[in-house]
Amino acid sequence: MGELDRRPEAAPAAPREWAYAPAPESRDVVRIAERYGHFVGGEWLEATESYETISPSSEEPLAHVGQATQQDVDGAVGAARNAFANGWSSLPGSERAKYLFRIARLLQERAREFAVLESLNGGKPIKESRDVDLPLAAAHFFYYAGWADKLEYAFPNRRPRPVGVAGQIIPWNFPLLMLSWKIAPALACGNTVVLKPAETTPLTALLFCDVLRQAELPPGVVNIVTGDGRTGAAIVDHPDVDKVAFTGSTEVGKAIQRQLAGSGKKLTLELGGKAANIVFDDCALDQAVEGIVNGIYFNQGHVCCAGSRLFVQESIYEPLVEKLKRRLTTLRVGDPLDKNTDVGAINSAMQLDKIRELVAAGEEEGAEIYQPPCRLPEKGYWFAPTVFTNVAQSYRIAQEEIFGPVLSVLTFRTPEEAVEKANNTPYGLSAGVWTEKGSRILWMAQRLRAGVVWANTYNRFDPASPFGGYKESGFGREGGLHGLEPYLRFDE
Amino acid sequence: MAEAPALPTGFELPLEPRLPRIGSVDAVALEERAASLAKRSIKKEAKVFALELAIRTTDLTTLEGADTPGKVAALSSKALRPDPSDPSIPSAAAVCVYPNLVPTARERLRGSGVKVAAVATGFPSGQYPTAIKVADVRGAVELGADEIDMVIDRGAFLSGRYAKVYDEIVQVKEACGDAHLKVILETGELGTYDNVRRATLLAIAGGADFVKTSTGKINPAATLPVALCMLEAVRDVHEETGRRVGFKAAGGIRQAKQAVQHLVLVHETLGPDWLTPELYRLGASSLLNDILMQLRKEKTGTYQSPDYFTLD
Repeated sequence: MGELDRRPEAAPAAPREWAYAPAPESRDVVRIAERYGHFVGGEWLEATESYETISPSSEEPLAHVGQATQQDVDGAVGAARNAFANGWSSLPGSERAKYLFRIARLLQERAREFAVLESLNGGKPIKESRDVDLPLAAAHFFYYAGWADKLEYAFPNRRPRPVGVAGQIIPWNFPLLMLSWKIAPALACGNTVVLKPAETTPLTALLFCDVLRQAELPPGVVNIVTGDGRTGAAIVDHPDVDKVAFTGSTEVGKAIQRQLAGSGKKLTLELGGKAANIVFDDCALDQAVEGIVNGIYFNQGHVCCAGSRLFVQESIYEPLVEKLKRRLTTLRVGDPLDKNTDVGAINSAMQLDKIRELVAAGEEEGAEIYQPPCRLPEKGYWFAPTVFTNVAQSYRIAQEEIFGPVLSVLTFRTPEEAVEKANNTPYGLSAGVWTEKGSRILWMAQRLRAGVVWANTYNRFDPASPFGGYKESGFGREGGLHGLEPYLRFDE
Repeated sequence: MAEAPALPTGFELPLEPRLPRIGSVDAVALEERAASLAKRSIKKEAKVFALELAIRTTDLTTLEGADTPGKVAALSSKALRPDPSDPSIPSAAAVCVYPNLVPTARERLRGSGVKVAAVATGFPSGQYPTAIKVADVRGAVELGADEIDMVIDRGAFLSGRYAKVYDEIVQVKEACGDAHLKVILETGELGTYDNVRRATLLAIAGGADFVKTSTGKINPAATLPVALCMLEAVRDVHEETGRRVGFKAAGGIRQAKQAVQHLVLVHETLGPDWLTPELYRLGASSLLNDILMQLRKEKTGTYQSPDYFTLD
């Protein structure tokens, strides 16, 4: 054996830290225009007023987008009415389906482009826009394309017919996904649309107009106008809008409902939530911890169905909270375009202020705060993942929707108590139950006053599954067969 | 009929204060978590770090009926110097062979830090009387093995005779003396993640220094969810008792990319403390050359033909 084979010591001691190198998704796949107008009647109309939309992770300006005026909204509704009356509403369902299938396929083809733009304009991690938002958005169009020629079977003997022009106002947390939740069923049912994306996240909706062009959707069937609440109010108020669909805050939802009282317009509202995520002591503990993390830190907690109130059975309170805190230290907060980022940027300065205000209130009221050590970027809007323990049901952080990465941990002793506390909220959008006991899952699901009850999972969506709330979380359902009904009228 | 399941006497004794509750594992969520960790994008210096770590934790393995002193000597040389043209490449952690070939490996590795591991206890099936298994271990240790890779009695485990499984591990551990004991669960035969977790805790209670996924003779072997399931059990034991148990993933890991995924799993489940050959091993044979190829690509920017890496 030669000397070469003899090496005295095997290896140097392992370096202690393994820092992942940056792995950014390329921005080059998407071209952002310097300024955007409104998409009306298949044409771009120049905006008379405009504002700047930015990237919340860096505060970098991305583009100038239009602030639609009353005239712009009039034009958009007029184009939608015209398209409805002259062709779209009388097109056979199988023909409408073709357009929807085309849109779905185009979204799949251009998924990377949309995912990058979504993360850029909204601050969410690329792995979420890539693996959740885009696949689901395409799936919604595929799903409702399938219904377009089967409406008679969905509602037998009720002669389903389109409603007319749908005015749709969507939020900033899942911009493109909410757009598809709104547009896909509306078109499948033969309606035309005027849609307003959220003020802070208009860019994917504007890029979507290019998909409509590629799909050769007839002009005026979908019109997109951008702007703030004034534009939204103009759409809601417009006399020629037959149906309003709104997803957003409970406060604005209430205002819309007041505004529409007596107008005869159809309305669906998908509003806030303060969901209970209920963990029993016989659950699969490590997987429950994953579910809790996914429930509240997914999309920085900007999720109306976020599991923001964690109810833990007292007998496993300590190990569970310990595991949860440990898990939080492995969350990677930072650049939304980095493929390894778990938690991205807060969507806007305004939202960050609101989160800060409520977190300060939680500390003041006596809850114990935990945040993992993590270095937040200097520019942009950031908030570290936060857990509050020692929370009482009466604290504001257990009552009000924070819409941020902030979890309140409460305890319970029996299933009855869990149900009672979970239902003790003005909201009722969703809930989670974690137990290995099947009979208890069913028992809980029957008693929880929430539109969705997840068992041993959380934040799982499917276009075939209806979604919507009880009480102040709104009314009407989106998704599934139920999601067709708001876009149809019937002879009865 | 199977014997009634019974907890082994002194199930909690080897550990203070007590074993973590056995609990259960949710398959869907476990697989989802493993899949999401597998998507971590490891690039540049982080990738080089991972690849070198993978080499340092590799148990370079040959377990064939056709193994000869010549084959094992060649493999041992490879473990010492995986890439003769690049002295910066570290040695592997160990060479893993059948007991008869321990002396050859021992001789070739003398004076180096590379350990000799021997499979024993009627590997791979474990379907032999306990006395023979214990004798098998004693023999391997006498021949100079630093580490013993035993198999659990899956027949006993699956028929609920946990006490038998446990007692055998205790006896083997005793027979090992100073040699390190790795307990192979052969997860591909256990059927459920609940069983994997139970067997992991049983092995740790019996005195395992390492828990290991598979023999490499059965498919599936070291899948990511199985590894995650076992790592979580190891973590629970550490959290409750302070005891650090090692983990070895073996079987089916052939590409550098898979090795990096396994390392990410350890890193994000147990933390950087476990990223050392004392607490982590990858059992593999063909994996090493793929890692060398990737490393050279990171250093030179181009892929080279497999002919530039030795086959041993």
